[in-house]
Amino acid sequence: MQDMMALVEPLIPSLRRYARSLLRDQAGADDLVQDCLERVISRWHQRRADGDARTWVFTILHNLALNRLKQKTRRGPHIPVEDVSEALFATAPAQEDHLHHRAVLAALTKLPDDQRSVLLLVSVEDLSYAEAAAVLGVPLGTVMSRLSRARHRLAEIIEEGPGRSATTGATLRRVK
Amino acid sequence: MSRPISEDDLNAYIDNALPSARRLEVEAYLERNPDVAARYAVFGVQREALRSALGPIAAEPVPPQLNLTHLVASRRRRDWGGWRAAAAACLLLLVGGASGWMLRGVGTEHGVGINALAQEASYAYAVFGSDRGRPVEIAAADSAALVRWVENRLSRQIAVPDLAAAGYQFMGGRVVATGNGPAGLLMYDDAKGGRIAILMRPMVQDQNASMAEHREGDVFGYAWADNGMGYSLVGGSDNASLLHPVADEARRQFRART
Repeated sequence: MQDMMALVEPLIPSLRRYARSLLRDQAGADDLVQDCLERVISRWHQRRADGDARTWVFTILHNLALNRLKQKTRRGPHIPVEDVSEALFATAPAQEDHLHHRAVLAALTKLPDDQRSVLLLVSVEDLSYAEAAAVLGVPLGTVMSRLSRARHRLAEIIEEGPGRSATTGATLRRVK
Repeated sequence: MSRPISEDDLNAYIDNALPSARRLEVEAYLERNPDVAARYAVFGVQREALRSALGPIAAEPVPPQLNLTHLVASRRRRDWGGWRAAAAACLLLLVGGASGWMLRGVGTEHGVGINALAQEASYAYAVFGSDRGRPVEIAAADSAALVRWVENRLSRQIAVPDLAAAGYQFMGGRVVATGNGPAGLLMYDDAKGGRIAILMRPMVQDQNASMAEHREGDVFGYAWADNGMGYSLVGGSDNASLLHPVADEARRQFRART
């Protein structure tokens, strides 16, 4: 239990960030992290002693998040939040960064879940490609291709700018 | 020239995940291919923007519900609680079975004896002793009507002790419900508004019992029984030390007048 404290406690801020970035729902994300930590506590002895604790904990969280996202989809399409920053942050980020951040975060929400999760794990949580593959339960090659697609897609969405829906793919075509 | 530069290399370059030799090769490639370089420069900017936009979440204080020490402690409590509940359930089965056997023939779910009386008095005091609006149903001025009411419901003769010498004026009283049928409740107060009450009802069990002290939360009292009638004199914690002599005086008057 002592080693669990030392290994898991420092991860909690990252777990909260990953969960919230994936779910875009602060209270729901913290509930998810709590579920995750309870599982970590009860299954700690089942963990492979030579395995990496961070990868193991992120795997548990990611699987819980996937279930939650599936439930959300089943309950109906996600209604885009007007200001994504509000859904992610209890307090708004500093004003000077606000607009730029908002554009990136808004674009992030429009990525498919599998692309968003790989981008977050690698770019934000600093997992190696191999660790991300373990967390996502996919081969390394899949991580690389998803990451590449995620980066291209994110750039496209930002270039398209707000107002055009990328999630539905619906574009307004001018009819004469 | 070594291996050709792949998309994987370019992504790893953005993520600072390349060994330095390979990194130099990628940089050389990007210099020769400005279009690709421009594209991946955008990816690098996006990466930094995501990191700084989401960074503040990890800087927030961790809410108490996610405190690992608390979570471990509450899990221990739950585990232990589960065992304890199971053990308690077994024990209850045993105790229930045993006491069911011992109490065979008694056939009642309420306590009936002097302890039950003490509890009934405490509950009545807790409710009416603190009632500022209507502590009594029939006031002292109408004592005769009150006595008739109580005597009718209890089918016993009762008396109203005069406790003025001890500093308590009779306020009045009422009939109250107990698990053992109706009881009479007499209320008194002192000059400062401190109240005491006497509950009385017929006894099936413990028809004669010597005076015993009892306490239920903040309510203190002395209960006894004489000739099939049980009494308990109860008061709050502020006048607890005075109750015993007052109860003795009340018992003396009940014995003299009933």
